[in-house]
Amino acid sequence: MKGIRNNRIKAKLILFSVLVLLLLLAAAFAGQISPYNPNQQNYEIALDPPSASHPFGTDRYGRDMLSRVLAGGRTSIFSALALTAVITVTGTAVGVICGYCGKVIDAVLMRIADICLAFPGLVSALAIAAVLNGGTVNAVIALAVVSWPKYARIARSRTLAVKSSDYIAAAYLAGDKPMQIIFRHILPNIAGQVLVTAVLDIGTMMMEIAALSFLGLGAKPPAAEWGSMISEGRSMFQLYPWLVLAPGLGIFVSVMLFNLLGDTVRDYMDPHSRQRG
Amino acid sequence: MDKLLSYDKVEISYGGKTVVRDVSFSLEPGEILGIVGESGSGKSSVIRAAAGILGTAGKVSKGDISFQGSSLLDLPEKELRKIRGAQIGMIFQNAAASLCPVRTIGDQICECMSAHRKMTKGETRERAGELFRRLGLPDTERILDSYPFELSGGMNQRVGIAAAMLLDPALILADEPTSALDVTSQRKVLEEMCTLREVYGTAIILVTHNMGVLSALADTVLVLRQGRIEEYGGAEQVLNHPRAEYTKELLAAVPRLKRVQRRM
Repeated sequence: MKGIRNNRIKAKLILFSVLVLLLLLAAAFAGQISPYNPNQQNYEIALDPPSASHPFGTDRYGRDMLSRVLAGGRTSIFSALALTAVITVTGTAVGVICGYCGKVIDAVLMRIADICLAFPGLVSALAIAAVLNGGTVNAVIALAVVSWPKYARIARSRTLAVKSSDYIAAAYLAGDKPMQIIFRHILPNIAGQVLVTAVLDIGTMMMEIAALSFLGLGAKPPAAEWGSMISEGRSMFQLYPWLVLAPGLGIFVSVMLFNLLGDTVRDYMDPHSRQRG
Repeated sequence: MDKLLSYDKVEISYGGKTVVRDVSFSLEPGEILGIVGESGSGKSSVIRAAAGILGTAGKVSKGDISFQGSSLLDLPEKELRKIRGAQIGMIFQNAAASLCPVRTIGDQICECMSAHRKMTKGETRERAGELFRRLGLPDTERILDSYPFELSGGMNQRVGIAAAMLLDPALILADEPTSALDVTSQRKVLEEMCTLREVYGTAIILVTHNMGVLSALADTVLVLRQGRIEEYGGAEQVLNHPRAEYTKELLAAVPRLKRVQRRM
């Protein structure tokens, strides 16, 4: 039984990894595989419904929606991934240091985190992005500044819990150095939780980047981005639903894939489900 | 003979609140000291202080603890690390919790070993397996490849005991090492501890509630009550001719079950 369960987790892991890889490849090679230039305007075919030549229809400037969804995927997916990676690494590092060292370091770093959390996330991200003058990279920086404290808090509280356990005392007693304790004993024990939070956050981050784009502080037109495409099509949703459905499908599929992959990775990393037959 | 470990008027406090006061005792190589006392009397704190694992809030606020002539409180971190790993071993009350939950037992034992001795993985496994067998653990290969949660409480307890004994430390701190074990395993563990003392001259501090274990093993006995020493002396004297009123109470408190005659 255990062996079968183990194999099923492995099979799921491989399946979702391949699907996510395909998604990433599609986003990376959007320029090569998209049938039209995503920014090519053609008013004669503006707002055409989906057809054989334009499977996702066209927008109000006559641009091919399929090509724009592919091009937008590149911006959306890679900026969301970069953002999540940056905040996970920074937040976890800060949290573990705070939890492990305690005292002054803990107080100073966590107060900085509190300052970042003092304003509603999107509002301060908005202010920071505006000061930095917009653009996708600046939107990512702005969101990173307001999002890392969440990871710092998770990592800190988990570190505190793990640190007071007897196996850390045993490791200390066995003569392990602080770095060994952090890397061999604390990180592996908190990694699962942080990782799952991170993978589940990719979707949220995608939406937040989209929100900034909608307000003109993220991807700048005519560059395609899923969030800004939805915002653009929103007012025409009832008459031309494909304007919203096409990028919506992109967000739905990629967020779902990342979530499924996240769950499977957690199952795989947790030794409770990694039993031998 | 030189003292291996000595406590000199030690006071231990957690966040400013004193829990252990004015505790002094000493231990010679090969000596087994039993510490008894009711729950919360500071038994665990006393031995955790020697291991340096009182936690963030706890500290030795007065007095001195010296090990092989040098003060454990003054030694630099680097020296302490050498002593802790190779010279002092600890058996935890709940040994299962002293094993890292996300790594296999073999992995943890090998890591601990490689930090202090030059020994290959194979040799370490061999040695650990040998020790497991002597402690009454069958199927050693499987245990080495298991995660702690895959083993029973008693098995984990013995793994924890083996891990503490593996490096033949000069001192073993045992916090109720056998309270989670059945009587047969208890006996094997206690015998192994005796062997360790005879072969390597290991000194042991044994915290226990079990008066039987105490009278079988201990050379000296220390009775603690509310963080203070009630009585400290040779086992024979303390257990058979207790001077302190509290020791008498403690000895008298060993539960005796009597079958009540049922009236027909």
